[in-house]
Amino acid sequence: MKISTDEVAKIANLARLEVEKSQQKKMAEQLSNILGYIDKLKDADVKGVKLSSGAGFMNNVLREDEVRLSPGPKVTLANAPQKDEDFYIVPRVVK
Amino acid sequence: MKYHELTIERAVKLIASRQISSVELTSYLLDRIEKYDDEIGAFITVDKTMALDQAQKADKLVADNQIQSLTGIPIALKDLLCTKGIKTTCGSQILNNFIPEYDGTIVKKLKESGAVIIGKTNLDEFGMGSSTENSSYKITTNPWNKDHVPGGSSGGSAAAVSARFCCAALGTDTGGSIRQPSSHCGVVGLKPTYGRVSRFGLVSYASSLDQIGPITKDVKDAAILMNVISGNDNMDSTSAKVDVPDFMKAFDQFEKGSLSGMTAGIPNEYLSVEGIDPDVENVFNEAKRVLEELGVKIIDISLPHTDYVVAAYYIIAPSEASSNLARFDGVKYGFRETVSDDLIDMYKKTKSKGFGPEVKRRIMIGTYALSAGYYDAYYGRASKVRTLIMNDFSTAFNRCDFIISPVAPAPAFKIGENIDDPLTMYLTDIFTLSANMAGIPGISVPAGFSSKGLPIGIQMMGRQFDELSLLRAGYGFEKTIQLDKKFPDL
Repeated sequence: MKISTDEVAKIANLARLEVEKSQQKKMAEQLSNILGYIDKLKDADVKGVKLSSGAGFMNNVLREDEVRLSPGPKVTLANAPQKDEDFYIVPRVVK
Repeated sequence: MKYHELTIERAVKLIASRQISSVELTSYLLDRIEKYDDEIGAFITVDKTMALDQAQKADKLVADNQIQSLTGIPIALKDLLCTKGIKTTCGSQILNNFIPEYDGTIVKKLKESGAVIIGKTNLDEFGMGSSTENSSYKITTNPWNKDHVPGGSSGGSAAAVSARFCCAALGTDTGGSIRQPSSHCGVVGLKPTYGRVSRFGLVSYASSLDQIGPITKDVKDAAILMNVISGNDNMDSTSAKVDVPDFMKAFDQFEKGSLSGMTAGIPNEYLSVEGIDPDVENVFNEAKRVLEELGVKIIDISLPHTDYVVAAYYIIAPSEASSNLARFDGVKYGFRETVSDDLIDMYKKTKSKGFGPEVKRRIMIGTYALSAGYYDAYYGRASKVRTLIMNDFSTAFNRCDFIISPVAPAPAFKIGENIDDPLTMYLTDIFTLSANMAGIPGISVPAGFSSKGLPIGIQMMGRQFDELSLLRAGYGFEKTIQLDKKFPDL
């Protein structure tokens, strides 16, 4: 699988990353190289094989609903980069 | 008495019998860190005041005869585990100011058992790497030869135990990150069965693969820590509801009858892996001979899908990572780039400045693999191959109790040697990835040295929830070759 610099820009946008123009070529080469290796998965015979999402037990983990105290805004917002009392501050969303 | 040589087992006895105090032991180790860690770089954060405070509390408990399994024992933690009031960076600039408001379940359990948290260790950013060179804070060197890497991603924890900066440490293992650095640094590393240990408070990299485990000076200490950290936790829905044995029983079993009656399998496919270093091969063959002498029956087995393991892993792990790491968006915690046009631009600038190159690469691979039109070809197919890998192990364990292999194809490489070649680095994970894919336990035990004097370990992998067999075999092996008494001159 060959990844172009245009694709790098497209994937970066989906991932909410910026890949600088000067780095796009190197990133495209590295991704092509890695995905080229991963292409060997195409040789595996997976006909009729079920998909595993993990090695965990496939049982539901249920419990009764119970009222518990939440940590509250002071704790929840303790690490917020920008806040105003009980609110996170983010750049304006509504124009 | 040399305090730095103390295992957990010995230190617990000395503290409980009041021959030494936890404050004495902790201060001694803090001094040792101050003296030597400039060269080793094992720690990102050492909070002396907090450690000594915990040590004082432990001594008070001893005075009151309230002794727990780890009272007063200094333990180092990989900086991917949330510690209340102590900075938790994950090796990343995106969390350079993150101070958790809570302890992860495992940290809580350690504290409840009386342990002293001596510091937070260096790692590849978010656990992504095999050399600890992907840390955005510092380079960690291998205590046996400072020109070489300690392995990774729990390289700081393995180096800290190897350099005798602590009694023991915890690491995390998503594809070998406990076992490989343990092998490279000449210490014992155990990755428990998936679900054995709660992951609550472990910052997620790849949730279906991540597991916390001990890195210790000897096999017995691994069992002591397993007794503390194992068990179901209602804060982690993937933690298993299974009985937890007393892991110390593994040693009675050995004392009672050597290792006779055990069968170990060697996968044919592992022997034909390209690029195995002759030193690794020699150490492995010698280990095989030692196990045979101890009464282990060695048989050939087959893991037919070995050739697909690296490819499947490097789709599954980055896919999960791309989803997990989306949370670092500059809103709730961590670093934020404040100069931005709008919300989306703020996300992009924050992530691009906050994450290092390898993390970005894996997010890119994962995003690509999960994007519209590619899901079936990549993630879907890799998850089916994962089923085949799991089936390979189930079949193999019908014929043997555990599987032996090298941990890594070569001893620790030189710092900087592979940094620009991600694929080559990924390929060195060939022997360790399968245990995570299949959710089975694996242990690395020191087995010998390369011609250049770098440690080489041997890996044993067992059935799900059968850490006991690995501890038993590992202990028998260690008792015979006695490398647990060897550690590097700093």
